[in-house]
Amino acid sequence: MTASKTHLSEKTKTLSWELKDGTIELALHHPLCNEIGTAMLEDLEQFVPALESQKGKAGSLIIYSLQEAGFSAGGDLRELYTASLGLTAGERALGMRKFLERIHRVMNAIDASPLMTIAAVHGVTFGGGFELALACDLIIADKMARFCFPELRLGLIPNFGGIPRLRRDVGNAVVRDLLLTGRSINATKAMSVGLVSQVAAEGEVLRVARATGAQANKFDRTASGVAKRFLKPIPHEELRREIDVACELFEKPAAMEGLRKFMEDKSAHPYLP
Amino acid sequence: MKTLEQTTDEILGLAAQHFKIPRNELAPTDDFYKKLKIDSLRALELITRLENHFGIELPDYEVQGVTDFHTLASRIQARL
Repeated sequence: MTASKTHLSEKTKTLSWELKDGTIELALHHPLCNEIGTAMLEDLEQFVPALESQKGKAGSLIIYSLQEAGFSAGGDLRELYTASLGLTAGERALGMRKFLERIHRVMNAIDASPLMTIAAVHGVTFGGGFELALACDLIIADKMARFCFPELRLGLIPNFGGIPRLRRDVGNAVVRDLLLTGRSINATKAMSVGLVSQVAAEGEVLRVARATGAQANKFDRTASGVAKRFLKPIPHEELRREIDVACELFEKPAAMEGLRKFMEDKSAHPYLP
Repeated sequence: MKTLEQTTDEILGLAAQHFKIPRNELAPTDDFYKKLKIDSLRALELITRLENHFGIELPDYEVQGVTDFHTLASRIQARL
């Protein structure tokens, strides 16, 4: 591994990335299941300039997880709860806004990258992890992958850009079902509603993603970038609004109460309220 | 159409295979959280495995409070 921020290979506390045969591979390796808190945010902020520096050398980006449990369990709720204890409602909202502004910049950079971006997901792909996948051009899923936006269970909404990006990709019936019930769906269902491009056999998702990235790498970079901007406009206005709504909700007592219950729940099934 | 007993038996077989437990150690009335020593995230693995096997959708809220294989089988049976 080199120490350069801009080149072929780097490993940080929660991530590692490498350019291989025209494809940048970004591996998430933050136990337990790639919870996205300050540590991963800082590492993603290091990755973004590295990604941008490889525009001329790479044609595709694959994001995948080295954690057995899955792609990502989403935002780091423990960190959010702990950091918010003892704060006033206004202070909580301000802290959340600062975090969200930063994570949105990362998500927007991945979304806007001229490379073809692939989320190669397995297992748990929840909340912020699902939102990271939605920032990519394609989601390729292991047949045991599971997708969920559980935020309403906590008195929150998805807030890493998930709502506008979900609305960009699928119809209202799916958006409302996922968001308003908080239920999880499997890869087959996700493909049937247009969220997932390909379903891979168990353990094969990275191989399938590499083959797909290699295909994209054959094309003219300029043409691919133009096509992507045309096919996948970024809903900036809605993304801004999502941050506002999320911060408004985080000022309410229900959000802290939801987080407290989640943190203190020692039962085997806190994800099944 | 499968009978409830057939569905239960298939669930026990799939759970044993997925969590690497001898099939003969699992019974329909077992609490699968305890017997398989799993938490909610690993329970979702079981649900995904069952959805893939039976070709159904099993929303989380339909298995809320369900802890034994037999009741789980009845939820699945209702969607076959």
